[in-house]
Amino acid sequence: MYEFKYHRPSTVRQAANLLIKNEDAKLIAGGHTLVPVMKQRLAAPPHIIDLSHIEGVDGIEMKGRSLVIGALAKHAAVASSPIVGEAIPALAELAGLIGDPAVRHKGTIGGSLANNDPTADYPAAVMALGAIITTNKRKLKPEEFFQGLFTTALEADEIITKVAFPVPKKAAYIKFRNQASRYALVGVFVARLPSGVRVTVTGAGSDGVFRVEEYEAALQKRFSPKALDGLTVPAEGLNSDLHGSAEYRAHLIGVLAKRAVEAANNRA
Amino acid sequence: MAVRTKRVHMAKISMIVNGNPVTGNIDPRTLLVQFLRENLRLTGTHVGCDTSQCGACVVHLDGKAVKSCTTLAVMADGHEVKTIEGLAADGAPLHPMQEAFREHHGLQCGFCTPGMIMTAVDLVHRKGHDLSDHLIREELEGNLCRCTGYQNIVASIAAGAKAMEKSDLA
Repeated sequence: MYEFKYHRPSTVRQAANLLIKNEDAKLIAGGHTLVPVMKQRLAAPPHIIDLSHIEGVDGIEMKGRSLVIGALAKHAAVASSPIVGEAIPALAELAGLIGDPAVRHKGTIGGSLANNDPTADYPAAVMALGAIITTNKRKLKPEEFFQGLFTTALEADEIITKVAFPVPKKAAYIKFRNQASRYALVGVFVARLPSGVRVTVTGAGSDGVFRVEEYEAALQKRFSPKALDGLTVPAEGLNSDLHGSAEYRAHLIGVLAKRAVEAANNRA
Repeated sequence: MAVRTKRVHMAKISMIVNGNPVTGNIDPRTLLVQFLRENLRLTGTHVGCDTSQCGACVVHLDGKAVKSCTTLAVMADGHEVKTIEGLAADGAPLHPMQEAFREHHGLQCGFCTPGMIMTAVDLVHRKGHDLSDHLIREELEGNLCRCTGYQNIVASIAAGAKAMEKSDLA
């Protein structure tokens, strides 16, 4: 790890000011992405701004018809929260599938979203549920927020503060894990909202999370695994690596989408 | 020729480790596991993979299992840490989870054992004393053992969880 200067703001505003004052500064919350890449010297930020001592940004609560989760909420907190379990059980389940128990005690929803790893789980839920991401400056829709591989709309002095998830009628997330890393080889989130059905895929797309509109249209007509019979996702544009070819991932998307629809129906 | 010295921004930290207040003046790069092992000489916590996969470095931070190889010591400032050394007092009987690992031969080389035991104790805190083998195996996904094949580790944790119910040691 290269040397850095450590900063510990106690408010989001202080953290944003530190970002403005210190070029190439990086935020740290749980540190479970940043610390590993710093240890490998893949990242060498001269300044680290520690968000973990900021209070009041890790709450989980219902606000109207939305489930609002603070950016510093740990994966373990989301996974075990009765509020999440009641409102969007698929989201609690998703959080419980991230990493392992010790990782879930440190990793945060804000950190996961800001990093936008193409194999991360949360982007699939945010995109499928049409969650609104609030920062210290504005509110962003998922389509605006996610901008490709490890890329988001976040500006240099912008910090995620919370995420508001509309509560779906039905939803499920099915993840096919890489056995070594626990990241999603493919993960499919299916949500049936008052505004329509959404199907999103993580782990497979070379540009990160994406929607499968053909599946959505079919499920809109009939919310049953059978509605997806005969529909395929092209392998073009999907990741191909030592863990699985693009064709394999394309096949998995179809299989997991059906399982997700079934799981969503069984839960309701 | 003058020796070129680099200015290091040191950080003062203080925390409670195994019930005792400790302080340090550290380079912010210091990992929690380095602080525990090298500054405090608590070498029971091990570094296995150093990439947050293997769990040999698991300690409790504010009562929750974390991987100390992926935690900056400076981020634990003001918090409470418990290591394998803190489970039972020196010379006193072992913690019931340690005793269960001894009784059920839940280790061979012993390298992963401190992390296994700290993870197991955290598991009991979260899920109670009656743990199925399936649940134990799922919960051990972040702890690797290269010797035992896990069979006896699972048996040890199931027995240790039950024994903890009757023990005063948390």
